[in-house]
Amino acid sequence: MDLFQYDFMMRALAGALIIGLAAPSLGIYLVQRRLSLIGDGIGHVALTGVGVGLLLNQSPVLAAVIVSAAGAIGVELIRERGRTSGDLALALLFYGGIAGGVVLVSLSDDASSNSLIQYLFGSLITTSPTDIALIAVLGALVLIAMLAFRPALFAVCNDEEYARVSGLPVRTLNLLMAVTTAVTVTIAMRTVGLLLVSALMVIPVAAAQQVTRGFRSTMVAAMLIGVGAAGAGVVFSAEVDTPPGATTVILALAIFVAIAVGGATWRMLRRRSHPPREVEPPDVVLQEA
Amino acid sequence: MSIVDVRHLAVGYEGREILHDVSLSVDQKEVVAILGANGSGKSTLIRTILGLVPIGRGEIDLFETPQRRFKQWARVGYVPQRLGAGSGVPATVGEVVASGRLARRGIFRLPGAADKTAVRDALTDVGLLDRINDPVSTLSGGQQQRTLIARALAGKPDLLVLDEPTAGVDAASQEAFAAALGRFGDGGGTILLVAHELGPLRPLIDRAVVVHEGRIAFEGAPPEPAGHHAEPDHDHVHPHAVQPTAGICEWAPTDRMAAN
Repeated sequence: MDLFQYDFMMRALAGALIIGLAAPSLGIYLVQRRLSLIGDGIGHVALTGVGVGLLLNQSPVLAAVIVSAAGAIGVELIRERGRTSGDLALALLFYGGIAGGVVLVSLSDDASSNSLIQYLFGSLITTSPTDIALIAVLGALVLIAMLAFRPALFAVCNDEEYARVSGLPVRTLNLLMAVTTAVTVTIAMRTVGLLLVSALMVIPVAAAQQVTRGFRSTMVAAMLIGVGAAGAGVVFSAEVDTPPGATTVILALAIFVAIAVGGATWRMLRRRSHPPREVEPPDVVLQEA
Repeated sequence: MSIVDVRHLAVGYEGREILHDVSLSVDQKEVVAILGANGSGKSTLIRTILGLVPIGRGEIDLFETPQRRFKQWARVGYVPQRLGAGSGVPATVGEVVASGRLARRGIFRLPGAADKTAVRDALTDVGLLDRINDPVSTLSGGQQQRTLIARALAGKPDLLVLDEPTAGVDAASQEAFAAALGRFGDGGGTILLVAHELGPLRPLIDRAVVVHEGRIAFEGAPPEPAGHHAEPDHDHVHPHAVQPTAGICEWAPTDRMAAN
């Protein structure tokens, strides 16, 4: 493990671990309310922020946080109001985001395709100490918000109307989630890249829920899987010289497949060893009213 | 004291008026059933009372406070028709019922011993304490419905509002449901429920309000079930001996099978 004598590798690992922990803690709420792909959409919008940052010679990360937060709030307001028209509005916003990003980056001084690739697919190795400090602070804020407000966020994601009747500040909580999504997407863009950012939010949750029974246990398991995949992804990518972001995502997917297959096998074996279970859990199909 | 007071309420969606000039008052300890066919506006009425649908014209008071300024939502327990669309992220029965404590606790405090006790008490009340750690997706429809009433009861409300609580619920769960509602009423609680058919809830009901085409068509003692509307296990002694009033004839739905 000579590689970890180098500061840049330690920074890469620290950044990956923070994202690995924070992304699933937010992702579980997004999956619960069927917004698994929202991270992708916000990632598209964040690219425009990167373009703005490069064009103005400001920090691309900071500009991306601001632009994607504005985009996420816009998406939330559209989602809150509409139904079908919202879907189209989201598409317009997302494609506008990525096209705007590509155009703005090409207009900036740093107009190489390399700089674009860096944000689209991540570039942990070039992460500066300032970037890591920013990632650590924002990542900790995301984590604290998601854990501290778990009962309220769970209530809103599980049954928004009930939460409303309970007098919860539903809109504020939704906007909190929107802004948190934008922040997570932006800090994760250095690790896995904007195009793969959703993977770290969603795949650990999808893997965990194969075997968990409750919301809290799913959250804990997803965070462990996220940290494991991100840490192993950095180490593995350094050893075999592959891009760390994509490697992390492949590892997370491998964990998902392993848990899904393992869980199914275990259930099958258990069923065979205790065949006469009194109440077979029915596959409850909830029909829309 | 009037717990719910609706005066000359009109509500519309996208330019189409659903409720026209509806007035309704529910007193403390009263159990009121809102009945009506599908599309009559009965669900819209309670959703407007709960603030889920904006008031068009008219006024609604909750606990003698105008709804717009009403803040004590912990006093209201809402039981929706169904569990929110299950998304695949598992949640245990205990976790769902614990949501019912948020109105009382607020979002900034972590759950304490009182919250845990209230969750267990509510689950005991609906007979599901043994399922507290099971994922809600493994429960039957009726048990899920009982989970939802436990969630509302966990907040120790003064008013329960239920939207078609017994639609598509098995007989055992309906009885458990009726018993839990009965105990809530005996404890001084007020109940407002929307129903398609009353079933085992019928003995609890003090007053029935029939909504037809967005207006109150009948108000009084709960009507006998019409012949084709009776439960399979209903004690069906004199189906045609009682001349149904015009109001009841109008609201008795003929599309019961298609309804659910």
